[in-house]
This record gives sequence, structure tokens and C-alpha cells, in this order.
Amino acid sequence: MKHRTFFWFFLPTGLAMLVFIAAPLVSIVTQSFFAPHEAVLIEVENCGPFGCKKETTIDQEATAALREAEPMGRFVGFDVYLDRGHLAVTEVGEAWRNADGLGEFFGTLFNLPFYRALSFTLTYTFVCTPLLIALGFAIAISVNALHRKLKGVVIFFSLLPMIVTPLVGSLILFWMIDSRGVIGNFLQYLTNDPDLSLKASSPLMWTSLIVYGIWSSAPFAFVVFYAGLQTVPKDTLEAAQIDGATRWQQIRYVTIPHLMPLVTFVALIQLMDNFRVFEPIVGFSASAHATSLSWIIFNDLGGETQQLSAAATTSVLTVVGVAILLSPVLVRTWREFKGRT
Amino acid sequence: MSSAATRKPLPLKIALWAFVTIWLLMAAFPFLWTLWGSFKVELDFFSIADWTNAITGANTERTHGSTFTGAGYDGAWVQEDFWRNVINTTFVCIFVVCTSLTIGTLGGYALSRSGFKYVFWLLITALIFRAIPPITLVSGYLPVFFDWNVWGFLPTAIIVLVAINQPFTLWMLHSFFESIPKELDESAKVDGCTQFQAFRRVIIPVMWPGVITTGLFSFLLAYNDFAVTSMILNEGNRTMIPAIAAFMGTTQTEGNVMFAVAAVVSATAPLFVMVLFFQRQIVSGLTAGAVKG
Repeated sequence: MKHRTFFWFFLPTGLAMLVFIAAPLVSIVTQSFFAPHEAVLIEVENCGPFGCKKETTIDQEATAALREAEPMGRFVGFDVYLDRGHLAVTEVGEAWRNADGLGEFFGTLFNLPFYRALSFTLTYTFVCTPLLIALGFAIAISVNALHRKLKGVVIFFSLLPMIVTPLVGSLILFWMIDSRGVIGNFLQYLTNDPDLSLKASSPLMWTSLIVYGIWSSAPFAFVVFYAGLQTVPKDTLEAAQIDGATRWQQIRYVTIPHLMPLVTFVALIQLMDNFRVFEPIVGFSASAHATSLSWIIFNDLGGETQQLSAAATTSVLTVVGVAILLSPVLVRTWREFKGRT
Repeated sequence: MSSAATRKPLPLKIALWAFVTIWLLMAAFPFLWTLWGSFKVELDFFSIADWTNAITGANTERTHGSTFTGAGYDGAWVQEDFWRNVINTTFVCIFVVCTSLTIGTLGGYALSRSGFKYVFWLLITALIFRAIPPITLVSGYLPVFFDWNVWGFLPTAIIVLVAINQPFTLWMLHSFFESIPKELDESAKVDGCTQFQAFRRVIIPVMWPGVITTGLFSFLLAYNDFAVTSMILNEGNRTMIPAIAAFMGTTQTEGNVMFAVAAVVSATAPLFVMVLFFQRQIVSGLTAGAVKG
């Protein structure tokens, strides 16, 4: 295909991505270096019957004029990145100097909004991903052993947790796990503790969010592995049987090595997707116990005052996180590309 | 595969069956439970006194004279105007899927038929864009949308969702067009067609399986989006998912959680039907990226 033809074919989609993905990315980086203008203060001398007093008030007109003149705000460099709401360099430094032992240091760190969100996001990402791969693999192996007619039905129901809207799925689970819901009731009965409640305990909330994550993503791993199982070479399996391999050994030494590329694929996709965890936190009303980077951005943007600059800074930090997670894939693709040409 | 060596011993069979049954319960039970409970009153759905109430509907019978009630649906659809959000969602989904497929097909086809180096870089850029969470882009949109006075309208949301959709659409359709032999359109070009004519007369008739699969995922993205649409649509133009989130804020205090439950069931129903009819396409779409690596 000629360059010219390619250009015209690619123009609409390229333009859409340029304007609505690339340009906003540039915009959030720029915005993160600016902070909103502070109000212009003036000193006014008020003279009354009891003498003169100096008062500091906000000069509304000048403030509005300044905001009009420079809508971006004032340039502050990396200040927003370093403030308490983001990397909190001063607070972390202080905690490091004053804390007795690592436990206290991490305790202080956990109270800073950014690190709180980061710790949950990372825990969620790195706990959910391996567990959902294991569960998906187990389901795929079991379903593959079923009768052919049953497989369709099982796959149909298995797809539901993944296809359903994340917010809807998390609400459905939350209503059941809630202390007034059926599973919550059952847990109270099991533990014999009528006060057991999701809303009152951080560890429970984290656990149930992770359970939601596994529940909603295991079907993806299952479907991919199930497709992979159909391509396991039969003669290798037969050879293993003749050599006297047990069922477990066949899985361990034939099936798993064959599926390894798929495991990497699922792991990468899920790391990327779990890193943006957001809807379950809203659905579970979990923000008192667990926040994520996406949740902070959403929270800054919503509400009475839109803190665009703060949200943009968290966005940039999130994109950096995604880039770090993605870098192994990019390096691998680059090597393959180099090898091909 | 029914030789003696592959036949399974009984305990293993039982274990497999038990495991599959447990997983099916985990996957399907929450939906059935919520569907059943959406026809009850709140005291039954959240039954603190006796959990069997949720099944028998004792309190529902006391309030409404029957063990089933449509009060939740009535409250959501009529009182809270949920039908408006449903119309908005329908509108957004149709336009997002059509636009996204049209421009994505052209782009994906071009990527699969051009052998130049920039194709690799475009695909890598698309992969990076796919990995970036859409919510991070919103603070880039808002100031501009406010300035141009386009914030809050459905067309704005449609364009944004189409753009967010593109990276994924391009990857799916690129790998699909790769699987259509190049000789097809090459021979059409030898016969005197331009590239576009070759695309229209030769490729379009055979591309529907791939386009339908990709369309399903575009639909899912538009339908399921919460973070972006709730930020760039105003209250009157809300789609279903932000509306449900708003229910949670307002109705919990009024004791109308059942409105939200009914709305949640209403939002799940179309997806259920979709999986019923397009299960094969969804499965093939999910595995398409994986098998090729």
C-alpha cells in the first residue's frame, strides 16, 4: 500500500486518537505543573470611631482578573508532585527521621492519601492476578474433562461475572456480602459474631474487594486457557501416558509448559486492568478502608471544587505506573521486531 | 479418548464435578439471587431477622398482598425516570459502535496491508493507549470542554468513547485482516481497482465475522463505562451506569435501595441476552489476541 493511500485510510482513527488520547496526555502533564491562583490579598485600613485597624481581605476583582488573564494558574514546577496529597516528600522525610522502626514508618506512610491508594492498588493488582490465573486454570482443566454437551452451559454461566458491568457486578456482590445480605448473615452465623461487618473492618474490606476481583476476572483466564487446552498436542500426551506419567505429571510436564505463553498473556492483560481498579471501590462504598489511584482522580474531579491540577498530577503518576508495568511487554515486542527485520 | 488409560477413576470424577458445580454456583448464584430479590421489599432482600424471608417474601406479602412485587421497578423506571437513562445508553451505544467500527475498519485494514516500519510504531502506540486508564485523561478533557461549552452533551461522550475504543478496535481488526489472504485484494487491484474499490468490493463482503466480534467488545466498553461518562455527562444526559451510581447516593438515605436493585437487574438483562446469542463470538474474540501471542 502506498504511503498516500495509507494516510487517508488511517486518518479518521488516527485523528480520533491524536485529539482525544494524545492531546489530553500532553494536557495533563502541562496542568500538573500549574496550581490554581491564590486569592489576591489587600490590606485595607478601616478607620472608625475607635481608631484605625488594618484588615486583610480578598480582592475579588483582582483575583478574577488574574484568573482570567492566566487560566492555567501559576507555574509551580514540581511543587504539586511533592505536596502532601501526592508524593508528600516532606512528610515522608519527617516520618523516616522520627519513626521508631519500620512499622511506625509504614504506619505514617499509610495515612498519606497517595501512599494509601498506592498500597491498595498494588496489593490488589499483585494478589488478584496470580490467584485468578490459578482459579481460571483449575476451571479450564475441570471443564475440559466434562461431557461436550455440558461445556456450552458451563461456559455461558462462567462468562457472566466478566461480561457484566464492573459497577453492577460489584453492587450485586456487595449486597450479598453486606452484613444485612445473605452471605454476610451466613458469615455472622459461622463466626458466631453478630457484629461482624464489612463496613467496620479494613482487612475484611480488602479481602472482599480482592474476592470480587478474582470472581470478575477468572472467567477471562478460564476462556483463554480453555482455548489453549484444545491445542495441546495429543501425541505428546499419549507418549507421556505410555511412559507411565500420572495424571498430575501429565498436567505438570505437558499441559502447563504448553500453556505458558498464554499465562504470560493473561498475566500482562490482568496486571494492566487490575491496576486501574476503581468501580468496586464505589460499588462496595469502600473508600473509608481502601482507595486506589483511579479513585483519587475521580474524587478530585468530582465534588464541589474541581481540583483539576491535583487530579492531573495523580493522573500523570498513574500513567507512569502503567508504563512501568507495561515496559517488559514493550521491550519484548521491540526485540521480536528487531529480530524480524 | 475412551481408552482404558484415559478413563477417569470415580473419586477424580466426583472431585471434578464438585469443583465445576461450586464454580457455577459462584458465577451464577449472585445474579439469580439478585433477580429473585428485586421483586421483594427491602426488608426481605436484606433480611436480618430470618434469611429465608428473602426466598419466601414474608414481608413482601404483608406489604403488597403478594409474594412478588414490581414496586422496585416501578420506583426506578417511573418515579426516578430510569427509562431516560436507558434511552441515553441506547443512543450512546449505537453511535459508538457504528462510528468506532467504521473508522476502525479502515484503519485496521490499512495497518494489515502496509508493510512499512511505521505500522509497528502505530501498533505499539495503540497498545500503550490501550493500557492507559481512561480516567487519567478526563482532567485533560474537562477544561477544554468547559471552554467550548460542549460539556454534558451526549455527542461529546460518544466522540470520547469512540476515541478510547480505537486502540483495542485497531488491534482486533488488524489481526483479523491479517488472516484474510492478501492475494484477494491484490488480484482485484491487478484487475484495475483502486485500493478503496478493492476494499469495498472484495474485503467488505468477507469481513463481517471479525467486525461483529469487535463490535461486541466496543458495545461492552460503551455500555460498561462508568468513570468517563459520569464525569462528562450532566445529570439530564446520564447513561445507565452513572445513574445507578447516583441512585446509591440518593436512595440509600430514603430507604429505596430496591430502586437501585431493580435498576441493576435491568442493566444486567441486555448483557445476559447478548451472551446468550453471541457466546461463540465473545469466546473467539477473547482468545484471538492470546493464541496469536
